Amino acid sequence: MNQTITRGRDETMTTARHELPRPAGTARAERTWTGLSDALRAEWTKLRTVPGTAWILALACVLTVGVGAATAAATRCGAGPGCAIDPTKVSLTGIQAGQAVVAVLAVLVISGEYGTRMIAVTFIAMPRRWMVLAAKAALLTSLVLVAAVVAVAGSLAAGRLLMDGNGITAAHGYAAVSLAYGPTVRAAVGSVLYLALAGLLSLGIATIVRDPAAATGAVLGILYVPPLAALFLGSDRAWQHWVERYTPTNAGLAILNTTGLHDLVVSPWVGLGVLAAWAAAALLAAGVLLRVRDA
Amino acid sequence: MTATMTPYRPPQQAGRDGFAQLLRAEWTKLRTLRGWVIALVIAAVLIGVVGALLPRGSGCPGGGTACLSHIPTGPGGEAVNDGYYLAGQPLAGDGSITVRVTSLTGMISNQGGYFGPNGPNETARRGLVPWAKAGIIITASTRPGAAYAAMMVTGSHGVRMQYDYTSDIAGLPGPVSAASPRWLRLTRSGDVVTGYDSADGRRWTKLGAASLAGLTGTVRAGPFATSPLDFTPNFPTYGEPGGGLSASAATGTFDHVDLRGGAPAGRWAGQSVGSGSSVGSSGLPRTGFHQAGGRLIVTGSGDIGPIVAAGVNSLYDTGTLEDHLFGVFIGLLIMIVIAAMFITVEYRRGLIATSLAASPRRGRLLAAKAVVIGLVTLVLGSAGVAVAVIAGAHIARSSGVYLLATGWLADTRIILGTGAMLAVASVLALAIGTMLRRSVATVATVVVAIVLPYILGVTGTLPAAVSEWILRVTPAAGYAIVQTVPQYPQVVGHYGPPDYYPLGPWSGLAVLCGYAVLALSLAAWLLRRRDAGGTA
Repeated sequence: MNQTITRGRDETMTTARHELPRPAGTARAERTWTGLSDALRAEWTKLRTVPGTAWILALACVLTVGVGAATAAATRCGAGPGCAIDPTKVSLTGIQAGQAVVAVLAVLVISGEYGTRMIAVTFIAMPRRWMVLAAKAALLTSLVLVAAVVAVAGSLAAGRLLMDGNGITAAHGYAAVSLAYGPTVRAAVGSVLYLALAGLLSLGIATIVRDPAAATGAVLGILYVPPLAALFLGSDRAWQHWVERYTPTNAGLAILNTTGLHDLVVSPWVGLGVLAAWAAAALLAAGVLLRVRDA
Repeated sequence: MTATMTPYRPPQQAGRDGFAQLLRAEWTKLRTLRGWVIALVIAAVLIGVVGALLPRGSGCPGGGTACLSHIPTGPGGEAVNDGYYLAGQPLAGDGSITVRVTSLTGMISNQGGYFGPNGPNETARRGLVPWAKAGIIITASTRPGAAYAAMMVTGSHGVRMQYDYTSDIAGLPGPVSAASPRWLRLTRSGDVVTGYDSADGRRWTKLGAASLAGLTGTVRAGPFATSPLDFTPNFPTYGEPGGGLSASAATGTFDHVDLRGGAPAGRWAGQSVGSGSSVGSSGLPRTGFHQAGGRLIVTGSGDIGPIVAAGVNSLYDTGTLEDHLFGVFIGLLIMIVIAAMFITVEYRRGLIATSLAASPRRGRLLAAKAVVIGLVTLVLGSAGVAVAVIAGAHIARSSGVYLLATGWLADTRIILGTGAMLAVASVLALAIGTMLRRSVATVATVVVAIVLPYILGVTGTLPAAVSEWILRVTPAAGYAIVQTVPQYPQVVGHYGPPDYYPLGPWSGLAVLCGYAVLALSLAAWLLRRRDAGGTA
């Protein structure tokens, strides 16, 4: 597109072709702020200067590790046989709580702008809206990945320590919680990715919904309501399997399993793929809606 | 009591500052925001439609076996299992029956996915289920569901007196054996049957006297035996509905059998009453009885007792009203969002300053908001639940499911109770919104407080004890209000959500109310103490 931008001074600039030579001192002010790196910088500044971001990331870590540790501490197995405890999965129970905080961060990243009408300013500065979304997604993912690595490492360390104290150890025939054990590594890496994908799914939904409160409700609804459907479906296996295979939380959390994989309706990586598909679909829909809707 | 003088208050002031005006103002704020009204109505519709239509699997045991139809009901109107083997004689008038039980043994089928020590080739293993029963019974008839009273020894709960399916009285503890036999006695006087037990046949202890409606004329009395389905729950996560169900049979050995008041020189006649649990199971002993050397040996299979929810002890396809409340979770989320916005939007738009200027007593503003959002969600929530359970029950019945514990009382409680749960949760969201003043944080906090504990409690990997604790002390305890079918300690069952909770219906709701009251008080205090401005 051969876009012509009229500046305050008597100078016309065509972005696509010929850049007129300008005095060095004004070059910075006249740059067109539409590159992805600019979008990233702008979003990073916004996110960094909001006091809540660091707290939310810290809360995500604390909640994940806390719930996981509490679960591990409470997990005991009586004398009876057939205690099918999956120690890694138990240690990572907190992911289910931590994802709510990640979802909140994702909602705030976009809906906060709608709440304060900042979004209009953002889009004037950055007319290529999908780039704003891409920048937000990239930043959110990086932040969540950092927090998730801390949270998952903390959860596994706490879980191992506490369950050792309860006698749930490899010596007693349980699966190990160890980074030398392949399935644990898969669960660890997978749950970090799970949190990042949950964040992206939330970002997509929040962009579609826009209103902060409604977006929070919608995001938490998608994450938390389908797991309950399985409970109400009783012994109707066909529907239960459908829910476990195709809903984001149920399928995505399959990655936490290290034992009994043959009983899973969906294999760990495929499950995570289902969540990724949800996230991609939500972001795609969000991108399209950003284009066609009024800001 | 001393008389006090009420100071004169000008009527105008009462008019301007009155609570009724405040209520009207808040009601106007709520009803004139079209988006909110639509959202709340959608919440009610989803509670009704999703709840009614969500397919609920059948409750037949074993997953594949055909369910039995024609469920019997006991004298109290409740659905019951009534299957046992009786060696009986008629008893025309008053009389008594006394026996000594010297052994109780059993077999458990391996056809439930669980194998005994000898591997899958063994079709049944020796073993007594906890509530295997052998003893004496006086029953109005051998029609399933008839009034009865019985004294029995059990697999692992000692001697019991049970009558009319739901009543259970503990007697002598410990297992029965030839070395420590148990003496049991039932006496009939009109329609009152009294039960006694004894360790030696000389010193008798009275366990109870049951007045049984319908125990008139000639009744049947005699030794019986029965053994309910063996239920081996999966690893003790609370929410796992699964578990192994296997048929079982129990054999009781009786001597010193003494029936008084019966026909002279009467003979014991064997009869299989109702349906046993061993229907179609191989490897189990045949039910029946034989007499040898003054002893009576009776083998039976089945259960005499109430049917509980979740299809654990039932050979019938049963369901409950609360099976149809999945939509409540969706409605709850929407109501939480609207209730949070009811206050946070005032902060975002700065309307709170106007509201507080109009009503300087800030606590009353919060009270008015709580009343309005509480009543609206109560009415809409109850309407949604009414549709869910009434339409859901209709759909379930038309597909052959027997619904346990229905009736106008159960219907009313589940409808109004669940509506109240939704209302209290909305008030909690309002209170937390007043504290946090931000909608995103409020909605997330309330959902994490109410929905997440439920998920962790019922579908997580948590041990049963932890799950029960979570469902007792977190706001998720409020879901307990939906329970309609009672738990019976004398019936082994999967006493877990969505049919059963560790707290009773009203105490569970009371826990949620406690949180709401606490949050409201804190919110009122903060509202008075803080500046009325926007978000801090």
